[in-house]
Amino acid sequence: MRQIDIKTRNVIAIDGLSIGFRSRSGAMVPVLRNISLSVREGESIGLVGESGSGKSTLALAMMGYLKTGLMVMEGSASFDDIEMFTQTRGSLETIRGGRLALIPQNSGQSLTPTLRIGAQIAEALRLHSSLPKEAHDARVTELLSQVRLPDPVSISRRYPHELSGGQQQRVAIAMALAGEPEALLLDEPTTGLDVTTQAHILELLRDLARDTGMAMVYVSHDLGAIARVCDRVIVMYAGEVVLEGSAHKVLREPGHPYARGLLASIPKLKDTHLPRALDGRPPAPGYAGTGCSFVDRCTIASDQCRDVHPDLIQGTDPGSAKSRCHHVNQVDRIPLVGQRAVRQRDLPAATSLELDDLAISYARVTFLDKLARRESQATATVDGITITLRKGETLGLVGESGSGKSTILKSVAGLLPPVRGTVGAADESALPPRVEDRNASQLRQIQMIFQNPDESLNPRQTVAQILAQPLKLYFGLSGQELNARSTQLLEQVRLGGHYLDRLPSQLSGGEKQRVAVARAFAAQPDLVLCDEITSALDVSVQAAVLELLDDLRRENNTSYVFVSHDLAVVRVLSDRVAVLYQGRLCEIGRTKDVYGDPSHPYTKVLLGAVLEPDPDFAPTLVTNDAVELSPPRTGCPFQRRCPKRTGDICDSVAPPRRDFADGHTIWCHLENL
Amino acid sequence: MAETTSLVRPGPIARFGTVISDIMARPSGAIGLTLVFGHLMLALFGPFIVPYDYTEMDANFMLSKPSAAHWLGADHLGRDTLSRTLLGGREAILVTGIATPLAVIWGGLVGIFFGLVSGRLDEILMRVVDAFLSLPWILKMLVLIVTFGSGTEVLIPTLAFFYGIPVIRIARAATHDVVARDFVQAARARGHSRATIIQRELLPNVRDALLVEGAMRWSWMLLAFSSLSFLGFGVSPPTPDWGLMIADARGFMSFSPMGVLAPMVCLSSLIIGINLTADALAKALGIDRAQKAPV
Repeated sequence: MRQIDIKTRNVIAIDGLSIGFRSRSGAMVPVLRNISLSVREGESIGLVGESGSGKSTLALAMMGYLKTGLMVMEGSASFDDIEMFTQTRGSLETIRGGRLALIPQNSGQSLTPTLRIGAQIAEALRLHSSLPKEAHDARVTELLSQVRLPDPVSISRRYPHELSGGQQQRVAIAMALAGEPEALLLDEPTTGLDVTTQAHILELLRDLARDTGMAMVYVSHDLGAIARVCDRVIVMYAGEVVLEGSAHKVLREPGHPYARGLLASIPKLKDTHLPRALDGRPPAPGYAGTGCSFVDRCTIASDQCRDVHPDLIQGTDPGSAKSRCHHVNQVDRIPLVGQRAVRQRDLPAATSLELDDLAISYARVTFLDKLARRESQATATVDGITITLRKGETLGLVGESGSGKSTILKSVAGLLPPVRGTVGAADESALPPRVEDRNASQLRQIQMIFQNPDESLNPRQTVAQILAQPLKLYFGLSGQELNARSTQLLEQVRLGGHYLDRLPSQLSGGEKQRVAVARAFAAQPDLVLCDEITSALDVSVQAAVLELLDDLRRENNTSYVFVSHDLAVVRVLSDRVAVLYQGRLCEIGRTKDVYGDPSHPYTKVLLGAVLEPDPDFAPTLVTNDAVELSPPRTGCPFQRRCPKRTGDICDSVAPPRRDFADGHTIWCHLENL
Repeated sequence: MAETTSLVRPGPIARFGTVISDIMARPSGAIGLTLVFGHLMLALFGPFIVPYDYTEMDANFMLSKPSAAHWLGADHLGRDTLSRTLLGGREAILVTGIATPLAVIWGGLVGIFFGLVSGRLDEILMRVVDAFLSLPWILKMLVLIVTFGSGTEVLIPTLAFFYGIPVIRIARAATHDVVARDFVQAARARGHSRATIIQRELLPNVRDALLVEGAMRWSWMLLAFSSLSFLGFGVSPPTPDWGLMIADARGFMSFSPMGVLAPMVCLSSLIIGINLTADALAKALGIDRAQKAPV
């Protein structure tokens, strides 16, 4: 626990704030309802909630900013006793960016691409500090080193695109610090970053809060990140605060059914059970029921919950949290951990996928290379991938962005032909590399589910049309048969026949991904390639999709290749895990061997950086978070970041393959793993 | 279940109705659509409402000023300017009304195909398109018209051909945006044929862009048609046509301005109407970038 002196002065105070928009019928639809909260000097609070809970709207309201179409219905938001919504544009501009700074989610996009980093930070200094112009350069360097960027002088001369995502995030933080803010608003600052980068940024934020004494408001859906940086946590649901208390109280013994459900739906590295899904979905904005907004999804709801809107009430024990629930003393009945263990199965010897020495390159053969009749000089993006997958087995592919996980899937699907090696399926030793050359039965065997259902479902097609495509193509179904099979598929993914006429835009994120899953299973595939399929979903929805995937493989004995950057998600579903770095295999083995006793230095780095929704849990950071853009030409792919580098051998000789019991294989030079 | 029925996808007629009412809800759209609709009605029913036959000459009224008998005066042959102006858009609307869909269809299909195949062929052909677009349009068109004559049967394919070329660019760009999306990748991975992918995945998503492009092309084509008539390569006398009327009357503009003004106002109002409608249509279909920009 951080020891900081929390003073009593409120930096940010929100009082009875309701924000809404006017619907087409003219009625006001609230998206935030009667929010009251305060942030004291030096305190960090976390705003947690799923998409649509209003957490970002609330954070922006703290800056006196409303998205187009939104208006304040009642209440006030003040910063240092200045009422933000009554300020003129001019006075808001002096506060924003100076005394009150915002760090947005994707800061790479919020940096001006044509200006050098140093110039952008100097601009912030010019606007928001009283420093004389001559002192700007020195201050820029100081700020860049404060956010722990290596070689700040050279960084300040670079352009944003020359920095990695994590470095851009650090620059954004440096810019926010330029005005020596009293409060820092962070809107999902680490979403989209790799686990190791995220862990480093969070450590930096913790240290900054301790050193500078600024107040921080941290908006995130990620309870792990919140646990790491926040003293106090506010859980939001349907535009309301449902639970507010110290990080320990909220994350250890959450006193609200929604918060408990949310915690239970998070896959945890130490827990081998499937996470528990929250049934149902949040009410639409402007929900005007008389009772509790969570009543339809609550397992302990009573008649009282249906009729009477609960107030946010502090518990009786000292230090207890404020909860908006009629049955605070019964919430213990809602379990916090998953129940369903992933089945341990005896797998048949039959294979469903065989990758033999696969190498994939994005580099195009240039005209000059062709003239000289030489091979392309570029190092292959993915190289030497040899993996055999048995029927019914699930293989997890993990690694940071750029590790070639998705590239391998595309190659298996035939969308990106490899430059070397073969892809073999159940009864064929080598499939044609290009999807256009594969025959119907080869195509049917392998199906792919994409990351974002908004992208993978055609917005112009109804669910019926979407499902009809594989059914017509592979089975020639039509008319009544087609309809019956589509309905059956929808029921398999826990939707119903009444979804057939809907367009994707009329479905929630989880429903869309279920339709995408149904479309893949329509082909009755032997192998389903899952490319980050839960990363665009809320955690409670993610848990439901994981459950569904587990059900479907039990029913159909399907094999999965499951790609994810979230190591906890991979753990719950996979029989075996392959760890990739820069397109090369580092380690492959049974999930319990790889996770239980990580051996490869990179596996240790990855697993050490994973966060847990527990305020006392600290990630282990052993190496820097530098991002490499291309694999080294010779030697071990991890040579430049490895904390256990043994010497020149790592740079020059490719690491040997070392086999251990139960098919556990590690590629490393280290003697004692 | 009432809730479920409200989520059912609306039929094509209902969707058409929504788009029209969306256009009418915007002031510029309402003005534009009214202008276009008015002109179309006039073209259809013009012959039944005009006071005089367009060929009827009256020497007494040659180049006369507006009067009770001839509201907008008469031209150098003593023909009623009002009647000729009201009928002057029929030929233009007919020719461009046929040529525009033809241009959008051929340009659209070629553009979608280029967008889908990409690669070397696409690169080469797009440079050909660029070369074509760099030539002044009137030059290319005059060559064809002088060679084959200026009848409707030549004008329609000529206009359709030349105005289809810019559509290729638009359709190709729109297709590039769609092809990069995962649902096209998913269709490829399932092994659908190229024709199915174009028909099912691409066309529905490119259609809106093509509709708006078609509306814009229509107004350009009207202008081109009138220019050709003005130069004497479009409609042949005595058929009334705005371009031709302006050409005929421009010598007498100083003392009989109505002969030029009336067809000009008509032509401009139709073109402005089409442009306003196209803008409103783009907004109604949600492909207007400025409006979609965040915050």
